Amino acid sequence: MAKLVYDKNGRLIFTKEMKKEYTILLPMMAKIHFSIIRNVFTHYGYKNVLLEDDGPEIAQVGLKYVHNDTCYPAILVIGQFIHALQSGKYDINKTALMITQTGGGCRASNYIHLLRKALVKAGFENVPVISLNLSGLEKNSGFSITIPMIRRFLAGLVYGDALMLFNNQTKAYEVNKGESDALVQMWIDKLSQEMSKGDGFSGSQLEKNLDKIAADFAEIKLNKVDKIKVGIVGEIYVKYSSLGNNNLEKFLLEQGCEVNVPGIMGFALFKIDNRLEDYKLYGGSKLKFNVLSEAMKYLTKMESYIINSAKNHGFLPPSSYAHTKELIKGMIGYGNKMGEGWLLTAEMAELIESGYENIVCTQPFGCLPNHICAKGMISSLKRKYENANIFPVDYDPGAPRVNQENRIKLMLAVAKEKMKSDKQVSKVEDKLPVAK
Amino acid sequence: MMKIGLDIGSTTIKCAVLDDNNKLIYKTYERHYSQITEKIADILENIRCKVKGAENAYFAMSGSAGMGVAEKCGIDFVQEVYATRVAANTFIDNADVIIELGGEDAKILFLTGGMDVRMNGSCAGGTGAFIDQMAMLLNVPIEEINELAKKCEKTYTIASRCGVFAKSDIQPLLNQGARKEDIAKSIFMAVVNQTVAGLAQGREIAGKIVYLGGPLTFLPELRKSFDEVLKTEGICPDDSLYYVSMGAALCADERINFDEVISKVKAYRGSGNFAFNNPLFQNEKELAEFKARHAKAKVETGELKGYKGKAYIGIDAGSTTLKATVVSEDKKILFSQYQSNSGNPVPIVKEILEKIYEINPDINIVSSAVTGYGEEIIKNAFGVDIGVVETIAHLTAAKSFMPDVEFIIDIGGQDIKCFKIHNGAIDNIFLNEACSSGCGSFLQTFANTLGYSVEEFSELGLLAKQPVDLGSRCTVFMNSSVKQAQKDGATIEDISAGLSISVVKNALYKVIRVSSASELGSRIVVQGGTFLNDAVLRVFEKETGREVVRPNISGLMGAYGAALYAMDISRGEGESTIIKRDALEGFFHRIAMTNCGLCSNNCRLTVNTFSDGRKYIAGNRCERPVTKRMPDESFNIYDYKRNLLDSYEPKSGSRGKIGIPMGLNMFELFPFWYTFFTQLGFEVVRSPYSTRKLYLGGQHTIPSDTVCFPAKLMHGHIQWLIDNGIKNIFYPCMSYNFDEHKGDNHYNCPVVAYYPEVVRANVRDIQKVNFFCEYLGIDRRKDFPYKMYEHLLKYFDGIEIKEVKAAARAAYDEYETYLSKIRAYGDDIIKRAESEGKKIFVLSGRPYHADPETNHGIDRLIAGFNVAIISEDIVSCKVDKFPTTVLNQWTYHSRLYSAAKYVSTRPNMNLVQLVSFGCGVDAITTDEVRGILEKNGKIYTQIKIDEITNLGAVKIRIRSLLATIQQNDSKN
Repeated sequence: MAKLVYDKNGRLIFTKEMKKEYTILLPMMAKIHFSIIRNVFTHYGYKNVLLEDDGPEIAQVGLKYVHNDTCYPAILVIGQFIHALQSGKYDINKTALMITQTGGGCRASNYIHLLRKALVKAGFENVPVISLNLSGLEKNSGFSITIPMIRRFLAGLVYGDALMLFNNQTKAYEVNKGESDALVQMWIDKLSQEMSKGDGFSGSQLEKNLDKIAADFAEIKLNKVDKIKVGIVGEIYVKYSSLGNNNLEKFLLEQGCEVNVPGIMGFALFKIDNRLEDYKLYGGSKLKFNVLSEAMKYLTKMESYIINSAKNHGFLPPSSYAHTKELIKGMIGYGNKMGEGWLLTAEMAELIESGYENIVCTQPFGCLPNHICAKGMISSLKRKYENANIFPVDYDPGAPRVNQENRIKLMLAVAKEKMKSDKQVSKVEDKLPVAK
Repeated sequence: MMKIGLDIGSTTIKCAVLDDNNKLIYKTYERHYSQITEKIADILENIRCKVKGAENAYFAMSGSAGMGVAEKCGIDFVQEVYATRVAANTFIDNADVIIELGGEDAKILFLTGGMDVRMNGSCAGGTGAFIDQMAMLLNVPIEEINELAKKCEKTYTIASRCGVFAKSDIQPLLNQGARKEDIAKSIFMAVVNQTVAGLAQGREIAGKIVYLGGPLTFLPELRKSFDEVLKTEGICPDDSLYYVSMGAALCADERINFDEVISKVKAYRGSGNFAFNNPLFQNEKELAEFKARHAKAKVETGELKGYKGKAYIGIDAGSTTLKATVVSEDKKILFSQYQSNSGNPVPIVKEILEKIYEINPDINIVSSAVTGYGEEIIKNAFGVDIGVVETIAHLTAAKSFMPDVEFIIDIGGQDIKCFKIHNGAIDNIFLNEACSSGCGSFLQTFANTLGYSVEEFSELGLLAKQPVDLGSRCTVFMNSSVKQAQKDGATIEDISAGLSISVVKNALYKVIRVSSASELGSRIVVQGGTFLNDAVLRVFEKETGREVVRPNISGLMGAYGAALYAMDISRGEGESTIIKRDALEGFFHRIAMTNCGLCSNNCRLTVNTFSDGRKYIAGNRCERPVTKRMPDESFNIYDYKRNLLDSYEPKSGSRGKIGIPMGLNMFELFPFWYTFFTQLGFEVVRSPYSTRKLYLGGQHTIPSDTVCFPAKLMHGHIQWLIDNGIKNIFYPCMSYNFDEHKGDNHYNCPVVAYYPEVVRANVRDIQKVNFFCEYLGIDRRKDFPYKMYEHLLKYFDGIEIKEVKAAARAAYDEYETYLSKIRAYGDDIIKRAESEGKKIFVLSGRPYHADPETNHGIDRLIAGFNVAIISEDIVSCKVDKFPTTVLNQWTYHSRLYSAAKYVSTRPNMNLVQLVSFGCGVDAITTDEVRGILEKNGKIYTQIKIDEITNLGAVKIRIRSLLATIQQNDSKN
């Protein structure tokens, strides 16, 4: 059995020996993306399991081991880990955990530490935790991130974004119920196979695959009725995680909406761009700036694959990062980088511009950056786009679903009315209220 | 065509039937007591019978509590805010804004100038439920609140964010003898402020305003309060209760089939899928064993009548109840009373004393003691010998049951008090701050809304089959969860048990924050009125896995402990100073209000005068109005900081005025920016320290009502600068602070870093001024002047890089000078305190907690206990960087860890942390600071601060801490 090794500050290290014996548990966030990306770990020889457990007990476990005033994502992610460790499904002497760490100024960078504290409280102090970060925050002898690995991660994100995009554009209108979801699953399986072998990440492979994916989705028979178009933005975890947002996408679909969730690539570009902006704003190393500019170019290229495949097959492509960024110039500064920062505001602008004027802005109750870049920017957005119909919705273990759904229904009622009045622009309104 | 609309609210059902001409021809309004489906069926039956032509009507439903039923039964559903709007557009001409308050909802609809609808999110403060709770607290029927408010003379500031906060504001006011009339009005003002601050979100409420909904219909004084604040005269139309139901009717486009709808609604039983816990007891036998076991923990009672020995009186004037005991020299209880304090404890204590004298006219009272919220007023009113802090009173009582007790948990009406005992002394104290969801009044409120007494209600839960899992969160959230569970088929029994579980979970996981029972030790005494409830007791034992002792006088422990304490202190000798029987006859109590006026705080004082001429002043934050002496400032670093900042006075300059808002990071950076801009030839004007008035001036521009109070204050500061004619305002965004090399990074927290963006987007008047909110990096000293120069060019003409460089140099130097002055003075305080043998408290938080409105005068209050006060930055510089168990990445927060580390090494120092409500970052720092201190055997004390802070609770904390330190000192 692998020996437990600690660093000088007493942190338990994930060793080379562990790499051979241990299974790494990965937390769930965006299901499509994570199902694909996990195969990168498999390819590099890390045994891994993606945690799919959900249900109210996850939050309960989280609340027991995490400070209750901490953000909801931390409660859920940590709750999911501990719940898994307690389930008896895994040999806790041969299990490690992995969690991302961005190193930003928001408290999310502390999740890993909260997780370790929680593990100690729950009696799992011998379970090592691996930090997945690009900031060089914590090193482990048995786990390393290399450039080829990062390229494969990014490919996974691109695939995930594309599948999510096409799925959202067909699912609401498909004639044969379930067809889009089945196609997503088919592609997840197919890509998983490729990626666990280490394939599918080069530019040409990406282009080819994305073209096939788009073509497949274009085949789905649609009934294009008028639907309310709703965008979802927010804090990254509650935005994507159905556990975090009480199955928001499903709820909106049931209410007869088409949903648009901006992809994760935007966030990846944002995180690199932040460092470029920091350089511009405050100064720093020119060399670093040049290296990061190259990375930025690489990601932009990847992003263009999605845009092109969408265009080529008649889907509404997402705006490019550069365009999205341009939209909020003068509204909020590019130095606003903690959490989702200005990108959140920009995604709302981009959605409105693409016809998704109705927006659910999700955030954990009391999310600090979102006081600024979400709730704080709604009035600016409304000044610029008078038809914007944005509703912030808070998620937390105590916030009852009824209230959230009630708020969303209000948004939908306003949207419906707008849709009606757009149709009868010329008709004089009698008793129906119309926004002046 | 006829139209029927139903509005299923959180507490009531409203029904409206409109005829062809949209005339309201039939309406009903009734409470549903959560029996929603039955009521709907009743109402529809009635319509069918009473309204001619109803069988062809169209039908739709609305209201938050109707959503599930409507969906399941296939009834047309209209979102309620939308329904209101439709109705308003139909029935009211030219309305601009609608303000609607409901049972648990508050809404503002802007109809003109860009339609917009706002409703309260996760917080139900300031709604009907809140007013209900307050009425209960004042012990008056809800209508009377309105009558009372008419006769108000002055108002107090009461937090309306949540009933819990408000309670802790109102209770001390009542205890201090404030008039109910004034409190009633203050409650209304609190509702108004909550609505305006929480929902207007920066948008001005003006034009023709319409008031709708129950509270605004039934309480004209509430409308008047809105009028006063909004400086307008709003209208409350006829049928203002029915707008949602009328709106639903107007939107109805499906014909009703009465038989079908009624049978579907009746058959609706909810999904039956609510999360539940295991039953509290498997069977009656288990319950009987449990009851038998607990019957053993008993205090003997004796006869007061004719008792000739020495007697001791103990009074516990708690937040909602008053408890009194007379104890004999052999510790028997001769007399006891437990009752609601009805808002004013003085007459109740008078009655109790009269009763005692009546039963035993010759009673030989040797000593007496009083504890609890009302300690001071009762002590002064009746000449009680000793005032004892609650924690000590409870410990004294608990020891008489279990001399080797290791853990005491007391759950009262709105307090949870827990303490760990180590070697017979209190080792650690946990009090609930800011949240009382784990307390008794919570159960009481629920029992009452469901139409039960609290005793009946909790008995119901004992044998519940599926106790609802309600989680452990705020009362307000719980309301909605309960409703949801009911809809999903939970029984009253399940809910009762579920609530008891929540009470215990809140106490354990929110207040004490335990993760395993072993942390509590094995010798546990539970007490407080809430534990008289067997369900709560059972859950506590199950949750902790321990058999605990609940004294039969669980609710009286404070009073019993006080009596025993009096016995201890008096050593059985002497005669009590408590009021004698004859003096009691002529006893009276007069209350007068005044403003202190001795310092800028200008506290509202309540002056209580008693029959013997004795006076008791309440409402003061420091001892000055009582002692008429200046508080000694020389031991308070916060006073020094403020004085030092005051010394940076505006110097007129050739480039005109530039304004700096004095809050958040600008507070500590003021000397830096002052020097920078003064050097550049600007006259630097800063906004004053915050006041309530300044805060209210900017309140309407706050977009997020859950952001921390210091951030909210910034709106007032900016507004002040604009109102005072400042044309240039400087408030930069700063991701990074100075790097003090104590952590892994040197960020500002997200709110501090980017709040200028919120100001820019939401303070409308900001467009009138030249607002500098660029992103600056003062941590990069070399780059800063060049970057700053580029920015300045965008705002001002004719500034040279040379000047900027010189100004920057001076600014960096001055910042260093400022810090070293503070540190030097801090060191001086430490030295003087040590030589005088004074305790030193490191009052830690953020630099901007030195603002008197932000900290509500807590520094002076603590200083009043003859303690020297320094801040975290005085000692954080004395510690080298060390590893923490969290990512140590914020400059201000790093100081906290270092300070905790330093305090750990100093026997005469203790750390008290000020934490802003809603500060997400402090969820991380508090655990870490506590960890560092406790690892080194120090006591951790936390004080939560918000818009309004209950200084009474702070006092208890500080006194308990001091008592504990004293005990520990005498032991060593």
